[in-house]
Amino acid sequence: MTTPYTFDVLVLGAGLAGMRAALAAHEGGAKVAILTKVHPVLSHSNAAQGGINAALTDRGDKWEDHAYDTVKGSDYLGDQDAIEILAEEAGKDILALEHMGVIFNRNDEGRLGTRRFGGQKRARTFFVSDFTGQAMLHVLYEQLMKANLPVFEEWFATSVVRDDDGRCAGVVAFEIRYGKFAFIKAKAVIIAAGGLGRVFEPSTNAMICTGDGMAIAYRAGAPLMDMEMVQYHPTTLKGKGLLITEAARGEGAYLVNSEGERFMERYAPNMMELASRDVVSRAEQIEINEGRGINGCVLLDCRHLGKRLIQDRLGQIFEEAKSFANIDLTEEPIPIRPGMHYSMGGIKTDVDGRSWDIQGNWEGVQGLFAAGETACLSLHGGNRLGANSLLDTVVFGRRAGSCSAAYAQSVHTPRVSDSISDQDRTMVQDLLRRPPQADTVAAIRLDLGTTMNHHLGVFRDQEGMQAAQNILPGLRDRWGRVAIHDKGQVFNTSLVRALELGMMLDCAETIVFGAITRKESRGAHFRTDFIQRDDENWLKHILIYRNPDGRPRPDYLPVRITQWEPQVRVY
Amino acid sequence: MPYFQEFTLETEPSDTVLDALIRIRESVDESLTLRCSCRGAICGSCGMRINGHAALACKTKLVSLESSDALVQVEPMNNMPVIKDLVTDMGGFWDKIRHVQPWLQPTGPTPDAEYLASPESMNHLTGVMGCIMCGACVSDCAALEVDHQFLGPAALAKSYRFVADPRDGASASRLLDLNKPNGMWDCTRCMECIEVCPKGVGAMDRIMTLRAKGIGQGVPSTCGSRHAEVFADLIEQKGRLDEPMLAMRTFGLGNIGHILSFLPMTLRALVRGKLPKSGPLHRAIPGIDRIRRLFRYMRNST
Ligand SMILES: Cc1cc2nc3c(=O)[nH]c(=O)nc-3n(C[C@H](O)[C@H](O)[C@H](O)COP(=O)(O)OP(=O)(O)OC[C@H]3O[C@@H](n4cnc5c(N)ncnc54)[C@H](O)[C@@H]3O)c2cc1C
Ligand code: FES
Repeated sequence: MTTPYTFDVLVLGAGLAGMRAALAAHEGGAKVAILTKVHPVLSHSNAAQGGINAALTDRGDKWEDHAYDTVKGSDYLGDQDAIEILAEEAGKDILALEHMGVIFNRNDEGRLGTRRFGGQKRARTFFVSDFTGQAMLHVLYEQLMKANLPVFEEWFATSVVRDDDGRCAGVVAFEIRYGKFAFIKAKAVIIAAGGLGRVFEPSTNAMICTGDGMAIAYRAGAPLMDMEMVQYHPTTLKGKGLLITEAARGEGAYLVNSEGERFMERYAPNMMELASRDVVSRAEQIEINEGRGINGCVLLDCRHLGKRLIQDRLGQIFEEAKSFANIDLTEEPIPIRPGMHYSMGGIKTDVDGRSWDIQGNWEGVQGLFAAGETACLSLHGGNRLGANSLLDTVVFGRRAGSCSAAYAQSVHTPRVSDSISDQDRTMVQDLLRRPPQADTVAAIRLDLGTTMNHHLGVFRDQEGMQAAQNILPGLRDRWGRVAIHDKGQVFNTSLVRALELGMMLDCAETIVFGAITRKESRGAHFRTDFIQRDDENWLKHILIYRNPDGRPRPDYLPVRITQWEPQVRVY
Repeated sequence: MPYFQEFTLETEPSDTVLDALIRIRESVDESLTLRCSCRGAICGSCGMRINGHAALACKTKLVSLESSDALVQVEPMNNMPVIKDLVTDMGGFWDKIRHVQPWLQPTGPTPDAEYLASPESMNHLTGVMGCIMCGACVSDCAALEVDHQFLGPAALAKSYRFVADPRDGASASRLLDLNKPNGMWDCTRCMECIEVCPKGVGAMDRIMTLRAKGIGQGVPSTCGSRHAEVFADLIEQKGRLDEPMLAMRTFGLGNIGHILSFLPMTLRALVRGKLPKSGPLHRAIPGIDRIRRLFRYMRNST
């Protein structure tokens, strides 16, 4: 039987990057479908609270300033050609979103209003109250409904398939509702499967952020890059690790320690609470470690902002603080601490989302594209600026979509047999057949998450990272044996979680490998045994390929510098 | 066949229903199936009925649930087919959303810059855009329970989001569509959607505004719109509800058959003593002038 599913472009993931890419590919004339493990509006992009950056020239801002702030924020690891594109095309994409219907906040003249965000000298963050991601995601889904594109909804992708020439030929996936596998043939695949937050525990990320896209690409032969760069956000709640948006500090909230001191004065006298995230998170952790915290937290104080502003612009976190921390932001400061938030690293792509290099500087998979948090251009380098990620998803989602449509026109439909999905099907059948035992997927996931959080957090050193590296094979072993108790075909989420764990283990391995390899401190990667940034040896990216035996192999690419030579970074 | 299964577990005061369900799934019965993702009342995936009312499991604290025996009952959402355990089929839900053509339909050429819009208009829309499509309102909608064709609170609120958007050019045709059977007039105003919405979207209030906008725009009169108009008119005239008159004027005397079909119900009400003592014909209540003044005041102020 041949697959009933054949497309020019298949987009894996229906978050902001995936939907933007699908729409662009559709406009480019391609026959497009989108595949996602959750309904599109349930994608994790809906959690983005604070906003999206753009330097609008008619507002007296300059894209070069935005680009510079991004370069500095990245601790000079970001590739400047990509950052220039991000900053220069931002205005166009914000307007496109507005025209599609996003209800961006307005100023008194009825034009788009802005707020301040960290690591930037100007207010250039556009926003919808404090649920910007949701407001954008729902509007992109509106556009998807309008274009009437086919959506494989609640389908879980297990791998990307290559034809005999090594080109990308499509995706193997199974429909969660019925437990049925299928091969979906496509000339081009765009992976837009989001981040890997759950590799760490706790994390601000939703439970579905398990790095599937990165693992799938890595297994198919594409390199991952900057994997050691993991962002800890300065303001997360104790317990589950839910996020309090940076917009709170953007609107003027203070950080104070147990002595009531606005301690950022000592770490970033100019930018204070709005220094880069890596800087603020480290400062908080030092305060906590040196005994000026309160039960492992410091305090975020919003009281002076006033009820009105909190309700109008921070309504969701007001609710969140009330529901999840039992605190009224207008009356009391809230305890917060740094928590895992974002992966700067991901599938290496060029500025059009290709995972392979047309100049041959690195080897990827022809026909395989990536965009969004899954991808790494590298825009964010060692540290992402707040509100640059949403921008990344729309600018580079669009570019990947357009490029994939053009690419699909230039190649023939790949020829692979449909039995190509048998391997994954058998793997799953074996998984379901394992005899019962005491260990569980949940227990392994927890051990993985706490190991990573413990040893690869705000401060790292050789000893800790080595410990993590020694623990991982044991976890993989357990994963290779663990049984699934739900043997049913229909909506088997136990199976989904087991497959996700496999993806997470691959991601964890590359994070640890990259972190041990980089012998310096830069951006979010801070090593207490190498506390200096070392431009002489480490102004370069670490690429990680998967060897045939499954082990990681490093390679390096120089940082692309256009106009900003590395400087000492102070805020 | 649906059945209940009981689990016993230790809980912390800070636990939500979702925490408890996840603990069951992780340590007692791995096959317990539900959708959940964000844990923070943002993604909209964990809608279910908790002690009989739709809610987000991740937003519902166990301690907030009043029950003497500490028993918490969770069920899948209502008014949609169940797939497994707490997972429902949301296909029909989305079909109805799709029915309202939920995308911005501006008229005229696209401007070079952004559309101008007042800060108030956009702030106002954050109320409905806050909808996370969790399905709670649809689950507990009383009208949907008897009429599956009804568009329902979520789709109507979604439509309101465009009708109230100053950038949208299609509000006339949107209101015409909502004026049809199964549209905005089928809401029975039971308030359940307002009660259960975890995001304060207030679907029923939006539906009422849609109706007012429809009448204001002069959509062809329907039973629903006539009912609203006659209702207000009778109150202004008599200061109280005159049910026989309301029925006659809503359906029109030409529709005598339909009016007569109410007779059995009226007789039953009579037998049970539920008809007003003053009989079927009403006079204006004393002090009607003050009520009329209120009407004049409202008219002048809108
Ligand atoms: C709490 C929070 C707040 C944030 N706030 C901001 C902010 O204010 N500004 C900002 O710029 N950034 C913010 N970010 C970051 C930003 O939200 C994300 O980086 C961005 O939304 C990622 O979008 P995406 O499209 O790449 O992925 P996602 O939105 O995560 O989408 C991933 C998609 O891939 C699908 N998928 C994944 N794996 C599979 C699989 N195996 N099979 C099938 N489908 C799969 C999923 O179903 C989903 O549709 C925030 C992040 C968090 C966690
Ligand atoms: S888990 Fe996202 S709304 Fe409850």
